[in-house]
Amino acid sequence: MEWLDPLALARWQFGLTTVYHFLFVPITIGMALSVALFQTAWYRTDKVHYLQLTRFFGNLFLINFAMGVVTGIVQEFQFGMNWSDYSRFVGDIFGAPLAFEGLMAFFFEATFIGLWIFGWDKLPRGLHLATIWLTWVGTVLSAYFILAANAFMQNPVGFEMNAEKGRAELVDIVAVLANPIATNQFPHTILGSIMVAAAIIVSVSAWHLSRNQNLDTMRPALKFGLWALLGSGIMMFISGDSLGLAMVEAQPMKMAAAEALYTTSANASFSVFSIGTPDGSSEIWSVRVPGLLSFLSTHTFTGEVEGINDLQAAYTAAYGPGDYAPLIWVTYWSFRWMIGLGALAAFVAVVGLWLTRGNRNPGKWAWKAATWSWPLPLLAMTVGWIFTEMGRQPWIVFGLLKTEDGVSPGVTGLEVLISLVAFTAIYGVLAVVEAKLFLKAAQKGPAPVEMTKVDGSDEEQPVLVGTVY
Amino acid sequence: MDLAYLWFFIVGFLFIGYFVLDGFDFGVGMSLPFLGKDDTDRRVLINTIGPVWDLNETWVIVAGASLFAAFPEWYATLFSGFYLALLLILLALIVRGVSFEYRHKNPESKWKKWFDGMIIVGSALPALLWGVAFANIVQGVALSENHIYTGGLLPLLNPYALLGGITTLVLFFTHGVVFITLKTEGELKERARKLAIKSGLVTIVVAATFLVWTTIAFGSVLSGAVAVIAALALITAYLLNLRGREGWSFAFMSVTVATAVLSLFLALFPDVMPASNNPAYSLTIENASSSDYTLTVMMWTALIFMPVVLVYQGWTYWVFRKRVTRQSVLAAAH
Repeated sequence: MEWLDPLALARWQFGLTTVYHFLFVPITIGMALSVALFQTAWYRTDKVHYLQLTRFFGNLFLINFAMGVVTGIVQEFQFGMNWSDYSRFVGDIFGAPLAFEGLMAFFFEATFIGLWIFGWDKLPRGLHLATIWLTWVGTVLSAYFILAANAFMQNPVGFEMNAEKGRAELVDIVAVLANPIATNQFPHTILGSIMVAAAIIVSVSAWHLSRNQNLDTMRPALKFGLWALLGSGIMMFISGDSLGLAMVEAQPMKMAAAEALYTTSANASFSVFSIGTPDGSSEIWSVRVPGLLSFLSTHTFTGEVEGINDLQAAYTAAYGPGDYAPLIWVTYWSFRWMIGLGALAAFVAVVGLWLTRGNRNPGKWAWKAATWSWPLPLLAMTVGWIFTEMGRQPWIVFGLLKTEDGVSPGVTGLEVLISLVAFTAIYGVLAVVEAKLFLKAAQKGPAPVEMTKVDGSDEEQPVLVGTVY
Repeated sequence: MDLAYLWFFIVGFLFIGYFVLDGFDFGVGMSLPFLGKDDTDRRVLINTIGPVWDLNETWVIVAGASLFAAFPEWYATLFSGFYLALLLILLALIVRGVSFEYRHKNPESKWKKWFDGMIIVGSALPALLWGVAFANIVQGVALSENHIYTGGLLPLLNPYALLGGITTLVLFFTHGVVFITLKTEGELKERARKLAIKSGLVTIVVAATFLVWTTIAFGSVLSGAVAVIAALALITAYLLNLRGREGWSFAFMSVTVATAVLSLFLALFPDVMPASNNPAYSLTIENASSSDYTLTVMMWTALIFMPVVLVYQGWTYWVFRKRVTRQSVLAAAH
């Protein structure tokens, strides 16, 4: 039966669980940094509103963190469950960064987050501040290792084929960790995560400010969010550009597919928008920027960009007959949406900073727009990853193993279907619960800090109690 | 190839760490209907593991990743073969983790009741299924020539494996309840101690049966000797709990879990996943492992970082060494 095809179901499951997991990952990375910065500001200035911001956004961070943790385990198990032939083929290489991630990053995050949540009244102030920074370091390290693992799938390096065992084997761990796709993807991902968190901070503070409430905390939060969004947004374009160059080097087909460029061209233009025939192979109408695709691919306006047809011919010669182009409409549109949504988020920051300059109060429409701008970077990152992963097809490891050859041979379509349905159901329910909790906590606003006199001192200190379940 | 043998024991160590640590988390979760008389009690119980359950659970992620990196064939065969069992474990761990974090977010008793239920199911199911899975590994399963599990779901539910599941279920239950005696005080602690006396007896009978079966049917002299240590440690823990020496009792419960898991790994040695249909198809330490280069790189990483991990995790337990009281939970109500 067609609908019980284990390959298609396993791909849908991977897409679903990974996209879902990755909604929580950038919020965690970006929000941990923001909370650490707020707490540092409190530590250094003793101003109570920074403490309120720390606890307020800390709470939002934790609501989200729990989901990131529990959906992350699925990711690791899934390689073995649905993609066991892939696991056999790359385990010698791919497993190492995963093990590093667990040993160096996951232990770190999981331990120090517990110390941060429960340590408010048990640790000295400076040490407690260190725990949130260490949690953030853990999230960033984890990002690096998983990106290095993913980079091997995009651009395999540091390996040799072992014909007898029928697998790729690691010969150079430094090459794997320093894969140019990883070193370029890393800043792109971290900056994107900061954009995601910044947009959420902007949205939450704009909602409160539009109601003229919590001004003492939400005004600084809005400024912080807008500047962080603008700063990371600008750097995002630089990092995206260098990632693009590395991608053209490693996977020229992906760049050709991003533009639906069929014939190799010098001075290739970039279409901002186009209407084509349903299969995307020819174009009816488009808005084009001359030379831009050449510039993105080679940093010159006249550089030659390889087209899909030539690459298809070259790959057929190298790897045998087959279709070596990804789904063009997916890569074409995801690439544009990624750039467009990211640019729109940066634009929101510019307009927001202008409208609120010198404590000005913008109109209602502006608050509304800011409140609804939070999904922009998150959607941009999601379609960006869909572009990265779908653009790699038909390969699971570029040039070495096709996706169709990586699926578990012993697992039936029914089993994959059961797990797909189970994950969809439980993830759907949890999404509703999580969104409600997040919204409720965000709308409640920062809690006031009680001040009491500590024994033997005339100074008032904020009352701090650990989170208790 | 010698490195592969070392990695067999490193993977074993990581699973021991996981079962000793998350084992008592499971026990605490399962104890809610027995010990949590009112909401404050239940919050005390959950707070005994509040700061640490996440780091404890992380041990299985590290164990799984190390299995993947050091024994890709084992990882691939095991995870694709025990598909539905692992799916259930994953779903249980998801609802358990989310419930810990979300139950206090809403004061409604209906909301809390729902999440309490999820914590109980999310703790009991993995406690049972990990035992079923490990017993099946030790017993051996049907494998094809290409190391693909061919048995399906039903053969995994055989008497020996089910006994293994019940063993881990009651063992983790008692482990968690003894942990509660160490982390609470007053009336709740006393109720926990009495509960551990009852559940401890069941655990001794079930675990002894399982370890004897394992040793006779699949074991070696060494695995049998370690199983005896596990049994003695369990009885010692039981006697110490009778006398109200909760610290030592918990220490011996931890030794019990550790040696019981070690005994299973020793019974497995030098296979990692025996084929019950044809010994020639068995996955062994040698034919399932990664290359020497990978194992070397990983060994240095583990040697450098594992001690660091143990130090900061030990320090974390020291920071949260105080008993959780009803007063502290009520004072922090929000």
